[in-house]
Amino acid sequence: MNPIKTFPKGGVHPEENKLSSDQPIITFEIPKQVIIPLGQCLGAPAEPIVAKGDKVKVGQLIATAKGFISANVHSSVSGTVNKIDEVMDHTGYRKPAIFIDVEGDEWLEGIDTSDTLVKDITLSRQEIIDRIKQHGIVGLGGATFPTYVKLMIPQDKKAEYVIINAAECEPYLTCDNRLLLEKPMEFLVGVKVIMKAVDAPKGVIGIEVNKIEVAKKLDEIIKSDKYFEGIEVQPLKTKYPQGGEKQIIKSITGREVPSGKLPIETGCVVVNVASTFAIYEAVQKNKPLVYRVVTVTGKSVKKPSNFLVRIGTPANMLIEAAGGLPEDTANLINGGPMMGKSVSVTTFPTIKGTSGILMLNEKDAQPRQVSNCIRCGKCVQACPMGLEPYLLNRLARQNNFEETEKHNIMDCIECGSCEFTCPANIPLADYIRYGKNKTGQLIRSRNQK
Amino acid sequence: MNQLTISGSPHVHGDLSVKKIMYSVIIALLPALLVAVYYFGWYALRLTIVAVLACMLTEWLIQKYLIKGPLTINDGSAALTGLLLAFNVPANLPIWMVIVGSVVAIGIAKMSFGGLGKNPFNPALVGRVFMLVSFPVAMTTWPKAQPIFEAGFFADAVTGPTPLSLLKESGVGTLAKAGDMQFLDMVLGNRGGAFGEVCAIALLIGAIYLIIKKIIDIWTPLSILLTVFIMTGICYLVDPTQYIAPWYHLVYGGLILGAFFMATDMVTSPMTTAGRIVYGIGIGAITVIIRLWGQYPEGVSFAILIMNAVVPLINKGFKPKRFGV
Repeated sequence: MNPIKTFPKGGVHPEENKLSSDQPIITFEIPKQVIIPLGQCLGAPAEPIVAKGDKVKVGQLIATAKGFISANVHSSVSGTVNKIDEVMDHTGYRKPAIFIDVEGDEWLEGIDTSDTLVKDITLSRQEIIDRIKQHGIVGLGGATFPTYVKLMIPQDKKAEYVIINAAECEPYLTCDNRLLLEKPMEFLVGVKVIMKAVDAPKGVIGIEVNKIEVAKKLDEIIKSDKYFEGIEVQPLKTKYPQGGEKQIIKSITGREVPSGKLPIETGCVVVNVASTFAIYEAVQKNKPLVYRVVTVTGKSVKKPSNFLVRIGTPANMLIEAAGGLPEDTANLINGGPMMGKSVSVTTFPTIKGTSGILMLNEKDAQPRQVSNCIRCGKCVQACPMGLEPYLLNRLARQNNFEETEKHNIMDCIECGSCEFTCPANIPLADYIRYGKNKTGQLIRSRNQK
Repeated sequence: MNQLTISGSPHVHGDLSVKKIMYSVIIALLPALLVAVYYFGWYALRLTIVAVLACMLTEWLIQKYLIKGPLTINDGSAALTGLLLAFNVPANLPIWMVIVGSVVAIGIAKMSFGGLGKNPFNPALVGRVFMLVSFPVAMTTWPKAQPIFEAGFFADAVTGPTPLSLLKESGVGTLAKAGDMQFLDMVLGNRGGAFGEVCAIALLIGAIYLIIKKIIDIWTPLSILLTVFIMTGICYLVDPTQYIAPWYHLVYGGLILGAFFMATDMVTSPMTTAGRIVYGIGIGAITVIIRLWGQYPEGVSFAILIMNAVVPLINKGFKPKRFGV
C-alpha cells in the first residue's frame, strides 16, 4: 500500500468513539408502516405519482425527480399507500411524505434480489448514468447530492480519478467501515462501474488509518484479481475533515479544487462508500435505492449497532433495537457529531442521507459557557479552507455581508473545525452558516439584476 | 422523557477552554517562581502574591461596580497578569508600587478596553512600563541573587547591577572581567535582574510544557530569539571590543521571559504563523536597537508593546493561505 497521505492545512482530531466498529450489519425488520419523505436530496423534493389506496411493490417508483438537481424516490416496502401527509422529518420541519402500510415483501419484477455477485458490466456509459438517475442514487455520506449529476462530465473536461471517499472521518459512524468489511466485492465492482461511467483510468479508495484492517483487506482483493486493475487503496491520516470532498482530493492527488468550482476541475469525481455500493446494486442488480446501512450509537447506548434499514423506517424503532434512548441523552443527531443535524423527535423517518443516529450524552453535548474571543487564532489554524472564522463570525453578527463575501465566506465547507477548537466556546459555525446563507442571497440577487 | 436539545453542528467540542489556557500558563511559570524564591527569598514570593491579588481585586471591583456585568475573575487571566507583572520587577520593590502597577495593568490596559480579549497592549507590560517611568530608581535598583540556604528566607536584599546595566554603564571590557557574570550563572538564574526573568532553564521548562500542550506555538519566540541572535551576532563580528557575543544577549535580560510568555500572549499577538514570524522579527529587532543604542539597558518590554500596536496591521497583511486559490 502507499504511504499515508493527508491534507496540509487545518483540521482537528475529535475523539473517535467508533463504538460499533465490531458490530456486524444486521438486516433490520421491515416495519408495519414506513414514512418516505419526498425531499430526500439536496435539491427540489420529488413529486408523488401514487395516491392513497394504491398498491406498491418494493422498488416501485413512487415520486419522480423535479428539475435537474433532484432525485427519484422509490417504495422501500410492498403494501398500500395509506396517505400522503406531512411528517416532522430530521430537519425539524413538517415536510410531505408518503405513508405506506406494509403487506409482505414483494419486489418489483426485474430486480435481482439474489446475493450473486455480478462482475460483468454490460451497460454503456450513458446507460449506467441513466440507471443511477432512474434508481434515485444520491450522496449517502450525508450531503445527498444527486449522484448522476456528479457523473455527467462536461464536454471539455476529463475525469482522471474516481476517488472513493471511505475516510469516514465523522466520529462514532461505522456504517461505511462495516459495509466495506462485509461487502468488499460488491463495493469494488461498484468502483469499476463508476470508473466506466466517467471513463476514468484510475480509482483510488481513500481510507483513514484508524480503519487499516479494511484497507489491507481491500488491497489484498485488488491485488489478487486482474479485474480490479486500476483501483488502489490510499491510507489517509486520521484527521477531521479528511472526508471533505475538497480535502480528500487534496490529500490523494495534491490538487486543489479552485474556489467556487467543482471537483471535476481537478479531474476527480468523488463518491462515498455507501453510494458506491448503491450504484453497484442499481447498475448490476437493477435495484433502486430502498435501503441503507445506519449506525445507531452513543456512549450510553446499550447496544451500539449497524443496521441495514429500509428507507422510511422510523428512527425510534432503530433506537429501541439498540437498547432504547438512554436516560442521559441530551442531543439526538441524524448523522455524525461534527456535521449531523440535531432532531427534537425520535420518530423522524430514516432517509437516504441518514448515515447514523447518534445519541449524545449530557456531558458531551452540554452547552459550554461562552467567553470573549481571546484572539488565540486557533480557529484560523483549524480552518481547512484557509479562512478566518473569528472575523467571519464578527462580520456576520454585524450583518455586514459585503465584507463576509470579500473574506470568502462562500468557501466555507461548514465542517465545524473552528467551533470545535474554539477555547472561548463561541458558536462560530452557527454564525458563519447564517452569514453564508445571507451572503448567498446577496450574490444571487445581484446576479439577477 | 428526555428533553432533546436542538443545536447547530458541531455537537461535540474540543477540551481546550480559556480557563485551561490561562491556568496552564500559570503552571508553566511556577518553575521560574520557585527559582526566584530560591535566589530572592521572601521578597519575590511576597511581591508575587500581592501583584496577583491586586490584579484580581482590581478586575473584580471594576466588573462589579463599574461594568456591573458578569464576574469572570475565575478565568485566570487577571491572576496571570499579576504573575507576569511581578516577574518583571526587582524583588526588593516596595509593595505599594507593585499595587499601583497592578491597578494600571488591569484597570487601564485591560478593563478600559472592555476586558479579556479586547486589550490591544499586553496589560502586564503596560503596568511594568508605567512603573519604570514612574519609579525609575526603585525599578532599576536590582537585588543580588542570594540562595536562601546561604542567606536565609527573609534575608535583606543586597543590591547590585544586572548584566545588561553593567554592560550599558561600563562597556564590554568590564563585563568580560567580572568573574561572576558567567554564562552558566546566567542560565541558572544566579544573577541580578527582575526576579522572574533570571533563570532561563526554569522558563524554558515551562515553555516546552506549553508548546507540547499546544497552548503556544514556537514561531513567535523562535523568530524573536533568532533575530536577536543574528543582529547581535553581526555587531559582534564587526567589532567584538564594542559588542558582546550574541549568546549572552539571549540569556542576559528578560528575553526568554518576554519571548515565550509575554510576546505569545494570544490577545495581543497575530493570528497566522506568517504574521507571528513577522511580529517576532519586529520584537527582536527593536529589542536589539534599544539594547545596543538606546538609553535603557533592556528593551524587550518596549519592543513587545510597540509590536502589539502593529498587530492589527499584521493581521490585515498576513492572511492564511486560502484553499483553492
